[in-house]
Amino acid sequence: MLEFINFYLLPGLVLGCIYTLGAIGVSLLFGIMRFAHFAHGDMMTLGAYLALAVVAVTGWPTITAIPLAMLGTAAAAIFIDRFAYRPFRASPTIIIVIASFGVALMVRSVIQIGWGLEIESYATGIQRPLIFFDSLRLSKNHIQILVSTVLLVTAMHYFLSRTKTGKAMRAMSDDPDLARITGIDTERVVTWTWIIGAGLAAAAGVFVGMDTQLNTFMGWNLLLPVFAAAILGGIGRPYGAIAGGMVIGLAEELSTYPWITDAPLLSPGYKTGVAFGIMIILLIWRPSGLFRGRVF
Amino acid sequence: MEQTLFGIMMYFVAMFTIGGIYAIIVLGLNMHWGVSGLFNAGIAGFFAIGAYTTAILTTPTSPKHLGGFDLPVWLGMLGSMVTAGIVAYGVGRICLRLRADYLAIATIGIAEIFRLVLKNETWMTNGTRGITNVPRPFEDFATPWSQIAFLGVVILVVAATYFIVERALDAPWGRVMRAIRENDTAAEAAGKNVVRFRLQAFVFGAMFMGLGGAMTAHAFKFIGPEATEPLLTTFLVWVMLIIGGSGNNRGAILGAIVVWAIWSMTQLVTGFLPPDWAVRASLLRVFLVGLLLQVMLQNFSGGLIPEKSPKIGDRQKQTPAP
Amino acid sequence: MTLLEATGMTGGYGEMDILDSVHMSVDKGEIVSIIGPNGAGKSTAMKAIFGIVHLRQGRVIFDGDDITNAATQTQVQRGMAYVPQERNIFPNLSVHENLEMGAFSRNDDITASLDHVYELFPPLREKMRQPAGELSGGQRQMVAIGRALMVTPKLLMLDEPTAGLSPKFMAEIFDRIIAVNSTGIGILMVEQNARQALEISHRGYVLATGRNRFTDAGANLLANEEVTKSFLGG
Repeated sequence: MLEFINFYLLPGLVLGCIYTLGAIGVSLLFGIMRFAHFAHGDMMTLGAYLALAVVAVTGWPTITAIPLAMLGTAAAAIFIDRFAYRPFRASPTIIIVIASFGVALMVRSVIQIGWGLEIESYATGIQRPLIFFDSLRLSKNHIQILVSTVLLVTAMHYFLSRTKTGKAMRAMSDDPDLARITGIDTERVVTWTWIIGAGLAAAAGVFVGMDTQLNTFMGWNLLLPVFAAAILGGIGRPYGAIAGGMVIGLAEELSTYPWITDAPLLSPGYKTGVAFGIMIILLIWRPSGLFRGRVF
Repeated sequence: MEQTLFGIMMYFVAMFTIGGIYAIIVLGLNMHWGVSGLFNAGIAGFFAIGAYTTAILTTPTSPKHLGGFDLPVWLGMLGSMVTAGIVAYGVGRICLRLRADYLAIATIGIAEIFRLVLKNETWMTNGTRGITNVPRPFEDFATPWSQIAFLGVVILVVAATYFIVERALDAPWGRVMRAIRENDTAAEAAGKNVVRFRLQAFVFGAMFMGLGGAMTAHAFKFIGPEATEPLLTTFLVWVMLIIGGSGNNRGAILGAIVVWAIWSMTQLVTGFLPPDWAVRASLLRVFLVGLLLQVMLQNFSGGLIPEKSPKIGDRQKQTPAP
Repeated sequence: MTLLEATGMTGGYGEMDILDSVHMSVDKGEIVSIIGPNGAGKSTAMKAIFGIVHLRQGRVIFDGDDITNAATQTQVQRGMAYVPQERNIFPNLSVHENLEMGAFSRNDDITASLDHVYELFPPLREKMRQPAGELSGGQRQMVAIGRALMVTPKLLMLDEPTAGLSPKFMAEIFDRIIAVNSTGIGILMVEQNARQALEISHRGYVLATGRNRFTDAGANLLANEEVTKSFLGG
């Protein structure tokens, strides 16, 4: 039982947090700008490397570098939107999707030029897990990730449900044409969507780096599970994305648990395929997501 | 001096060989996107299926992977097209009713699952080590002639592919496809079975992607899972189509050659730089290709050779589609 | 005093002109109805005034300013509110949030406006925390009109406010429109329920195939035999 919690459930929750933070951004961006943002994974990578730079320069603990990484990534996202996406606001969706595909590549190569291709990590040496009740092993990183995610999601909830701009974001996600007719400043909403989406993506990227290591493909490899989580939660529904992220994260980790026999249910080599599998089944059977999001 | 000339010649032979293989794949993508409006972002998947099929069919028997069956190369290439087509049929049946972005996500997901299978099912594919000893036509010839003869094969295949897709587009079938792309509800209302037409186009295009994969395996005499990375296949092929001119087969071929020329020549330049710089320069190259795509999308959305829109006069001559 | 004056409006979607030199005006405190058969260009005329449909020719003057083809956001700030026929509420936002969104362009205190809307539509106060998408058709229409009133408009434009409503709700919506009008807000509406609309209108425009056919006081149009025969179903 404890082995299950320590090696399957907790890592699943941590992965779920990471997917959740990515999926909220994808879901918001899809709802408001009506396109699947293929550069979202590389926004996570950018956040992770910005935090690495902050840690290298200041020597602060990684967790305190997160706000700066979020700010930097949000600024980059607004800049990218201005030059790479805004020209296509009136174009067919597909054009902006292709553009975002190109942006993904450009962001990644900038990171690679800046930091090189080697694997990096925030802290050197082995970190001892904290042990509770003799056998419940919790690493400090995992606690930080879980707590920070709860804080970030709560802040996002406050923003979306209490502030004028947050409500306008939900309104625009509901119906962009009506939002325009109503007099909502749609460009301001778009800017804030990038700030929230890229900020959360940056945090997710830092968490990946804290949990494992940093490499320049980390975000790209996370993109599909994050899309899967966003679709599972229902596109355009940030709260659904939380559930979607947790389900996909747990499903991936728990798929290798020896549920039936002594052997892992699924060979660990296929772990990343679980998200894709869930996503494809979902796209076919229930494209509106588990919680009835928008189908375009 | 003579040796340099010889080197340059060999370089161009290699460049056109790979560029030509890309042209086949881009023609396949043009069938999907340019003609039918299907956003296939899983090109790497069909490419991989084609490459592995022919590798398994044509290599001599080996304990390291399934087969090989030692079949002739042309049979291997045919097998690749058939396998890619069958898989595309299955994928298309379940995915084609999705909206464009979703289709893109689903096809990427499927391509990634294929890649996982190729990496993990070692009994079939020899895992990450890949399949070696894939035969190349005319490989017994002396050095320049072997490569040149293979280039000839590639050119022949490109020409045949071009001929086939052009015929298909000039036929009533191609006009129905374009009508569906422009307005599927209207086409549906006109009694066209939109789903079936799309499925046909999807299978048709995927067969050429599989063929491109097969040619790649033969060209390098090797196929491994790295060759199916989305960057070099999916993304570069998309850039080629957009830059060449989506919807136009000549544009597709031109785009493949031009983009591959830029890609491989910059590689040549970076080869002269000191190692540390070379790595950075090759990364910069990826950045510049992304930038090129942006510039093209923003300023020349039609590409180098934009799609010809049918003239009013032509329309009179057209026979009604079935 | 003239609030809105649109003259020679010609335009439509893309290459196709739907409106052919349409003119229309609304005075301060007036209720004006646009009626006519399907495809006459009624909604298009309204959208052209609001700036969602591009005008190739013609001029729209609102409150003394030329607003031809102006951006929607500035229209709202000038005091023009528009309620489309369909998709006129934010279904996942609560009723209260829908009203708040109506006041997005305002930076002053909106409590008085909110109270005013809740007084006008008492059922909305009871359901203010509910997602607007869960409301009945009539109540959704109230949310939509209430949302438009939140900008404190001078002119309220309604595209078929009673479409698909039961006779009971229809009467209630018309009743509320009169109440809104009594506060001095000019109203321009497109209506399929032409007879009932003309009964409460000061003036009416009959459009057919993108052109003005009749313009007269509401009562006169109802009395006009040709109008009743051709456009009001006898």
